[in-house]
Amino acid sequence: MSGVRVAVGTRKGAFILTSDGARKEWDVSGPHFGGWEIYHVKGSPVDPDRLWASQSSGWFGQIIQRSDDGGRTWNPVGNDFRYEGEVHPHQWYDGTPHPWEFARVWHLEPSLTDPDVVYAGAEDAALFRSDDGGQNWQELPGLRGHGTAHAWQPGAGGLCLHTIVLDRDRPDRIVVAVSAAGAFRSDDAGRTWRPINKGLHSEGIPDPDAEVGHCVHHIAAHPARPDVLFMQKHWDVMRSDDGGDSWREVSGNLPTDFGFVIDVHAHDPETIYVVPIDSDSQHYPKEGKLRVYRSRTGGDEWEPLTNGLPQENCYTNVLRDAMSVDRLDDCGVYFGTTGGAVYVSSDAGDSWRPIVSDLPAVLSVEVQTLP
Amino acid sequence: MTGSAVIRVVLPAHLRTLAAVDGPVQLEVPAPVTTGAVVDALEARYPALGGTVRDRTTGRRRPFIRFFAGEEDLSNDPLDAELPPAVAKGTETFYIVGAMAGG
Repeated sequence: MSGVRVAVGTRKGAFILTSDGARKEWDVSGPHFGGWEIYHVKGSPVDPDRLWASQSSGWFGQIIQRSDDGGRTWNPVGNDFRYEGEVHPHQWYDGTPHPWEFARVWHLEPSLTDPDVVYAGAEDAALFRSDDGGQNWQELPGLRGHGTAHAWQPGAGGLCLHTIVLDRDRPDRIVVAVSAAGAFRSDDAGRTWRPINKGLHSEGIPDPDAEVGHCVHHIAAHPARPDVLFMQKHWDVMRSDDGGDSWREVSGNLPTDFGFVIDVHAHDPETIYVVPIDSDSQHYPKEGKLRVYRSRTGGDEWEPLTNGLPQENCYTNVLRDAMSVDRLDDCGVYFGTTGGAVYVSSDAGDSWRPIVSDLPAVLSVEVQTLP
Repeated sequence: MTGSAVIRVVLPAHLRTLAAVDGPVQLEVPAPVTTGAVVDALEARYPALGGTVRDRTTGRRRPFIRFFAGEEDLSNDPLDAELPPAVAKGTETFYIVGAMAGG
């Protein structure tokens, strides 16, 4: 019987949750790397036993861990992340120039075709790639070098590259998002980049329609339809039908269009999910009700999903990498909260229940569908 | 001073886990015995600790790492300064400490 493996990154370690296809009984292992911040854990789509974890600490810096047995055992691999060439400054919070400084890896994106290739999105914002199973990392410096980087400013969480979207049909295409610079696309395997922020409108910056400076929180795409991108911006849920060349708002009837996560149903590329959060100053669900919103129309028209989710006194957040879907026939949907819960829906969002309730604050949730 | 000394180094718990050791480590450190040489020997013996004590790019001590020996705080001494004789001879333990921080 097929099953699922859910890799959860938290403020104090990683957890691996496994179940069969029914997704009712769960085995929980962890904490792995207890006490460390685990920004992201993700498995290779080519070799499901290979997992990558970004482990970091304010004391000891960045470690990258690799498992080759589905998360049972781990080994540290390379952690030497150096910016290529001359490192020009970006803008600091006060507007002064600030040199690029490596802080941590926010996101690890395994290659869709080669289990030894993995991308890392870093703070300060840069994209790194390893071709040798994580032993060595090389920056793809064109992203910082395309001309607007001097004007990038960090968001509240730092100047981080937090989203990497690969394209199985066009291996040279990479879409990334940087807070608070915006979205960027390369069509030549990361050598050159251009901003893809046309149509984004952000009231919090001097020119609301600027080429860069938008606080993009997350981007998701269905693998079979990579030109359709869905974005949760700081405020606004956005959609592009042309690979990011242009965007339009699809927030529709959402009760608030602030949020962090966004994801796409595994089998219906027009069904998408968000978790609306009250505002950027409150960072918890509106009225203390934890509600996932689903659109079956690719945006604009949304329905609240509440069955099994707390509908009173819930004041947790759902962070940008903390939602994922499985590929079983009925499409499981998963998300984790800063209150330490990981919820699963095994019916595409109609009903929910917690797998675990009291983990450390959840930073990321990724799901593998196992044969 | 020429030759080398065996230095006993106590690591913080998280670095012991990362290095897969369960107690102090003994490191052969070539003379002159400096903090930098001790960390070089540590990273050579336990590659997983690379970058965890000194910043990879700048080579500087990480802000929340401290170096203690002989009841002295050596954290702000230059990395290439020779350690006190008792440490350099291996009779005093060298401590790498994760600073208390957080309030």
